[in-house]
Amino acid sequence: MFYREVGQFKSTYAADMAIFPIRQDRIGIMAILAAAAVGVPLIANDFVLASIMIPGLIFTLAAIGLNILTGYAGQISLGTGAFMGVGAYAAFKLASAFPQVNVIVWILLSGVFSAGVGVVFGLPSLRIKGLYLAVTTLAAQFFLDWCFVRVGWLTDYSSSGAIEAARRSLFGVAISGPEATPLSRYFVVLGLVVFLTFIASNLVHGRIGRTWMMVRDMDIAAELMGVRLLPAKLLAFAVSSYFAGVAGAMMVFFWLGAAEPSAFSISLSFQVLFMVIIGGLGSMIGSYFGAAFIWALPVLIKFAPNLFGVEIQSATVEHANSMIVGALIIFFLIVEPHGLARLWAVAKQKLRVWPFPW
Amino acid sequence: MDLLAAIFVDPFVRMGTNPTFLIQVIWEGFVSGVLYALVALGFVLIFKASGVFNFAQGIMVVFAALALVGLHEAGVPAWPALAAAIGIMLILAIGIERVVLRPLVNQPDIILLMATIGLTRFLVGLGEMVFGGEPKVMITEALGIPTGILRLPLFEKNLILKEIDITAAVVAILMVTFLGVFFARTKIGRALRAVADDHQAALSVGISLNRIWVIVWFAAGIVALVTGIMWGARSQVSFDLEVIALKALPVLILGGFTSVPGAIVGGLMIGIGEKVGEIYWGRLLGGGIESWLAYLIALAFLLFRPQGLFGEKIIERV
Amino acid sequence: MRSSLLPIEKGRQILQVENISLSFGGVNALTDVSFDILAGEVRAIIGPNGAGKTSMLNVINGFYHPQVGRVIHRGEARTGRKPHEAARRGIGRTFQNVALFKGLSTLDNIMAGRTLKMSRGFFWQCLRFGPALNEEIDHRRKVEEIIDFLEIEHIRKVPVGKLPYGLKKRVELGRALAQEPELLLLDEPMAGMNLEEKEDMSRFILDIRETFGTTIALIEHDMGVVMDLSDRVVVLEYGRKIADGTPDEVQNDQTVIDAYLGRSH
Repeated sequence: MFYREVGQFKSTYAADMAIFPIRQDRIGIMAILAAAAVGVPLIANDFVLASIMIPGLIFTLAAIGLNILTGYAGQISLGTGAFMGVGAYAAFKLASAFPQVNVIVWILLSGVFSAGVGVVFGLPSLRIKGLYLAVTTLAAQFFLDWCFVRVGWLTDYSSSGAIEAARRSLFGVAISGPEATPLSRYFVVLGLVVFLTFIASNLVHGRIGRTWMMVRDMDIAAELMGVRLLPAKLLAFAVSSYFAGVAGAMMVFFWLGAAEPSAFSISLSFQVLFMVIIGGLGSMIGSYFGAAFIWALPVLIKFAPNLFGVEIQSATVEHANSMIVGALIIFFLIVEPHGLARLWAVAKQKLRVWPFPW
Repeated sequence: MDLLAAIFVDPFVRMGTNPTFLIQVIWEGFVSGVLYALVALGFVLIFKASGVFNFAQGIMVVFAALALVGLHEAGVPAWPALAAAIGIMLILAIGIERVVLRPLVNQPDIILLMATIGLTRFLVGLGEMVFGGEPKVMITEALGIPTGILRLPLFEKNLILKEIDITAAVVAILMVTFLGVFFARTKIGRALRAVADDHQAALSVGISLNRIWVIVWFAAGIVALVTGIMWGARSQVSFDLEVIALKALPVLILGGFTSVPGAIVGGLMIGIGEKVGEIYWGRLLGGGIESWLAYLIALAFLLFRPQGLFGEKIIERV
Repeated sequence: MRSSLLPIEKGRQILQVENISLSFGGVNALTDVSFDILAGEVRAIIGPNGAGKTSMLNVINGFYHPQVGRVIHRGEARTGRKPHEAARRGIGRTFQNVALFKGLSTLDNIMAGRTLKMSRGFFWQCLRFGPALNEEIDHRRKVEEIIDFLEIEHIRKVPVGKLPYGLKKRVELGRALAQEPELLLLDEPMAGMNLEEKEDMSRFILDIRETFGTTIALIEHDMGVVMDLSDRVVVLEYGRKIADGTPDEVQNDQTVIDAYLGRSH
């Protein structure tokens, strides 16, 4: 009843091609942005900000990155975690080498390094497709993991092998390091993620995104439209790794504060892949849903028993968590293989015709 | 110059001056190769029959071994525990077919892959909850597996062969032979090959896909159990074994997802290749290259032969 | 880009295939086939199943590379030409088994045909603003013209996976048209259609030639359609050319009749 587009006539192609062609959607997105920028900081406590909102947003960015590669360009990757690591180490090196430059610049630039690495490991996609390619991306995962452990230069030869985010500030407010409050970090993360989502969304809605989807859906026909497959795929690898790299850098600077090489292991890759699949392949909003679901679920499972006053051993919770997440993934794949984004679309369609669906 | 010598000369000098050690290294590689091949074999069985890229194969190895050891610890004698472990793998196969595969029929590859990754998470949680998370010792003696050490004089030095490794190799060969005969000679084997060739044609002549799936998952479960016993006897039974499972993936790239001989040859190549690489060249890079060398070998290989070792040349049709 | 190609005068050779032989691991798909296509004509390639017709089109636009012989396009012989290069040189194509981008809508599928004509780079694409957006809108206008031409306005925003077969074929034709090709290769454009749909499709093919001056090479099994539409016909059997000429000549050729009806032994 409220979600109706009746009377909204589009008289130009520009209006028809807008990313949110329906007025209610435009209002909705503004409301969500306002809530994220004003509402959440007012209501949420430090715990919610630091362990749900910040990691959720960072994972969203990583999921968007992988979604570009897998959902839009159709190339499966199991190496996202390592590409995030490349971004994290690049940002760490840059920020400690040139402390006078603002850390946000380095974080945005760190993605360029992971993009380069992504392109190198994307080269096999010229000859290898589908699941075979997925397995070859594991080469990237394990090789980079090994580099993070073995190459001391990356960590400035720190004895623990971990990298730490130093204190950095923006407009005089600490945004990274131990003194940075969750609130200030949240604002920085929110700003960056919204900005990068905007870029990603523009890319996938234009010529480049269309080229990726052409390669995904029917590579032979894409070639016939004049698309050169290798550059198209490599661009997808580069852009995807860029987003992953920036997410990795943000993970260290704005969330964890420090990270060991194991933080970027294959389980991180799978976690991001789950977010993309559960959220919906080839959907921007799906990346948000997926990250929220996969990130928030274990937190909920962990704290749900406490809410009901039940005491459970933490090891048991861990195991139960693993089982429940595994089972839920299977359940979701069965119920809706196209992910939460499809459920959302169906819900919107229902809402459109409500309350008289005939 | 020094670097080139370190890469192209020194390792071979070391190999030449101590051939016994080289053979020892190759043997070690061979044994881990056999185990990689077994994991890959379980995988190929499932992929051929149902097109599912079963990421959970490695976890099934751990799960089977844990079930066996766990039952024994609970007081069940060794052989009944083995029978029970086989029974658990059968229940698992039926469960997976009912709950996971049947509802997901005809979904794209990646969805099925994700489902098996979900299954992996589930089995890890279940295994740890039921049998505990700490590493266990495989009941090697109780199952009558020899544990002695053979010393073989060779080039004036001793080649050291663990009996357990020899047993592992023999058992693996026996099992592959048995599976080969089973698929070539029995009615079930024929049905299985029919399904692998063409699902719809197999359905049209009255072969039940669901039954075939249970059978292959069960067969893969038994392969997993055998792998788990052998691997557990060489080290320990714990979820760290998962790493081996990932090693089976480059084996699969090398051998092709659908070729049993490919899985075996690929497994041996990867096993020997990474051991020799680590021992003779690993030092140059600071060691630990075993973790990715296998992938690099497989990747390099794929660039020249995208269809794998035994695959047929792919002709794209439009 | 098409615009950079000088148009070829009507009736001159646009493409010659010379002594093409193609085999796959010992199986000969094509043996010593030669023919030419003249600018502005409708050239039909016919023959029984497995005669090598689709392989011939694949050779022309570079999916397959023949072991022997060469393809001369616009006076240049290039061996090993890639499909995307053929696209740049003005060759469009539709497929026997509809090769649409099934995740995209009709509109986006036809927009896909405009890919080569769009040039705004990565930076503008990131912003989707100014030049990049104007470019999208300009091409959208072109695409809408094609949608009008093929009378598929009503399915503009429908994902093509959901369309019935006949409409898919039409969308695929639209996608090829969006490339503004000089030479259009149609692989069984009317397969599996009913009479009415065939008539529509025939009309579109003739209209395309009239309106855009496109040269058309088509594979078709329906002899009535072939005889009505085409100016000249090549007949293949078991990968060899057995006849070449106007529809009338081919129709009365004894080897062609034998190929279709079987020889009396």
